[in-house]
Amino acid sequence: MTGRRRASLMVTCLGDLFFPEVGVSIVRVLQRLGVAVDVPPGQTCCGLPLFNSGYHTEAAAVAGRTVSLFADSDHVVVPSGSCAWMLKHEYPGLLSDAGLGRPAEQVAARTYEFSQFLVSVLGVTEFTSAVPGRVTYHDSCHLLRGLHESRSPRTLLENLRGTELVDLPGADECCGFGGSFAVRLPEVSSQILAKKLANVEATGAGCLVACDAGCLLQMGGGLRRRNSRVRALHLAELLDGVPR
Amino acid sequence: MSDGDLGTPFRQRAGSAMKDAFLQEALTIATTKFIGLRREAFEGFPEGEALRDRARAIKEATLQRLDHHLETLVGNVERLGGQVHYAATSEEARSIVVDIARRTGARMAVKSKSMATEEIHLNEALERAGITPVETDLGEYIIQLAHERPSHIITPAIHKTKGQVADLFRRELKRPVEADPEVLTRIARGELREKFLQADLGITGANFAVADTGTVVLVTNEGNGRMVTSLPRVHVAVMGIEKVVPSFTDLMVFLAILAKSATGQKLSVYTSLVRGPRRAGELEGPEEFHLVLLDNGRIAQLGGPLREALYCLRCGACLNVCPVYRQIGGHAYGYTYPGPIGILLTAMLEGPRSVKDLAHASSLCGACADACPVRIDIPRMLIELRREVDDKKIAPWRERVVFKLLALVLARPGLYRLAARAGRLLQRPFAREGTIRGLPFFLDEWTRTRDLPVVARRTFQERWASEKGFTR
Repeated sequence: MTGRRRASLMVTCLGDLFFPEVGVSIVRVLQRLGVAVDVPPGQTCCGLPLFNSGYHTEAAAVAGRTVSLFADSDHVVVPSGSCAWMLKHEYPGLLSDAGLGRPAEQVAARTYEFSQFLVSVLGVTEFTSAVPGRVTYHDSCHLLRGLHESRSPRTLLENLRGTELVDLPGADECCGFGGSFAVRLPEVSSQILAKKLANVEATGAGCLVACDAGCLLQMGGGLRRRNSRVRALHLAELLDGVPR
Repeated sequence: MSDGDLGTPFRQRAGSAMKDAFLQEALTIATTKFIGLRREAFEGFPEGEALRDRARAIKEATLQRLDHHLETLVGNVERLGGQVHYAATSEEARSIVVDIARRTGARMAVKSKSMATEEIHLNEALERAGITPVETDLGEYIIQLAHERPSHIITPAIHKTKGQVADLFRRELKRPVEADPEVLTRIARGELREKFLQADLGITGANFAVADTGTVVLVTNEGNGRMVTSLPRVHVAVMGIEKVVPSFTDLMVFLAILAKSATGQKLSVYTSLVRGPRRAGELEGPEEFHLVLLDNGRIAQLGGPLREALYCLRCGACLNVCPVYRQIGGHAYGYTYPGPIGILLTAMLEGPRSVKDLAHASSLCGACADACPVRIDIPRMLIELRREVDDKKIAPWRERVVFKLLALVLARPGLYRLAARAGRLLQRPFAREGTIRGLPFFLDEWTRTRDLPVVARRTFQERWASEKGFTR
């Protein structure tokens, strides 16, 4: 490798507030691979909740701040497919009126969802599992249909020492989160979730992996409520095992 | 359930639908089957993706010069001896059809499946005028017997199990009926045969109309479309103005993907091409042919944010894959067109106020856009609708206040950190072992069915600021 790779972590609001251990795992995984990680201070949220509910002026203000935070980053690594999609696909258009279209495009071009950064940028696919056993993988909607990524997380899980990846029936179907959708139509959201979790439990996996904090909030919350033995974890938490 | 239930809030309508065990069974079976069939159809069709792009491009280009293509279509239909009518509204369309029926002395009208005539509520208007409409598509026949409305764009009786249909036939036709789809079909066929022969008027929609030949194209599976267009003396086709395609070459592109998207068939069983009334020397066909071009809010959207919704082929693929539609079915939406595309069409036909709640009846998962044969970006337009609902202050003020406050917090890291601290303090009474199982006020909408993790004792950014790196 020529020179040391540098990456900035955009931890996201859900990652910061509810799942700090995911950010910790990402930092450890990247540092173990020799990447110099920084976390630009003063991060809040990508603005997706505002954008999706139609508050675009407000979302643009948040987006403008985020772009300035990461303007000097070589790579921006994001633990959630939905937030990565927001940066990559919505920021440039959202910020063009404010004359920030170009810097937004530059940041967008350097932004990667975590699994994509490992596989596509670093070219690393061999890890040791921190959570051995049978696992299954849920495709997050924005990662799958927004960023068209279904391979990278699976490649990492297939090669992960100590785990066995089993297919999740209906893996590409929504978990019912959808941001404010989950509380606007909680009954519908919960029924979608119940069907997802029934599929998850039928796989016999002890661990449900996803690459989006939103899905983990929804599916993890559902699993805990059912007192399920299945744990919902972010991919980074599995990849964070120490090689023997 | 019908439009009459709009007095009940959408969330309640959805809730009742989810408590209907028959509906749940019917929906799961049907949508799962259609998803699989569609997937298989495209997996065995490598040209599919390129054809979808091409179909979309044709729609884009056609709508750019819609006036030109419509003029060509009108000229050719008239040249063939047909009569063309323009209806700006549902009301105009209804009176055009009723007038034709009256003038020709029609007492009974047989209909093949048509969403456009559902949209204009034609059956009620015919009944009021003393003309009996008879639906001849099996699904439509079933829901007409049941006095209901379609709950799906292509399978109108998707909400009924075969047992329910047998009960309905027993009750309405007053004879014993076995709950076997083949038996049920045979009974309907027998009942309908007579009607085809008696009817004076045949009413259809149009899947496409080819401008440069004046051909109206009907895509059906049961053969009823052929009877409707050839047996009665008069044929009226009602079609949304966006259904025009320039040429037969274009038509082929759409036919190659329509049935695959809808039912997973390579082609539908019947593709009927109708060119004007019966000409001298022809053995069959109607004496009169009328084409009703329906605007009803479409032209206004040609340059509007919902423009792409006019590309819709009415295949229903977006309904089958939609996680919301799959839980609540079509009736809960409350309008003629259900599902993701239905929300956009409802906004187009009824205005933004009608979709205040429906605009949020989506997790924005994107499955609809993925399944759409012409790749309509439905989630994107739902977001646009939400924006319109907020901007025009149609959204409740409480909600707008919550989002403005959220925006304030997210744009200011100081406030954000304060909010995190406040959250940690306020969650204390509700937190047990790192999880929250019940919360007051609207927050309970989450915790009633799902745990919520607590706001971390130290957020990631707080840990990073103090530790500057983490080792194991």
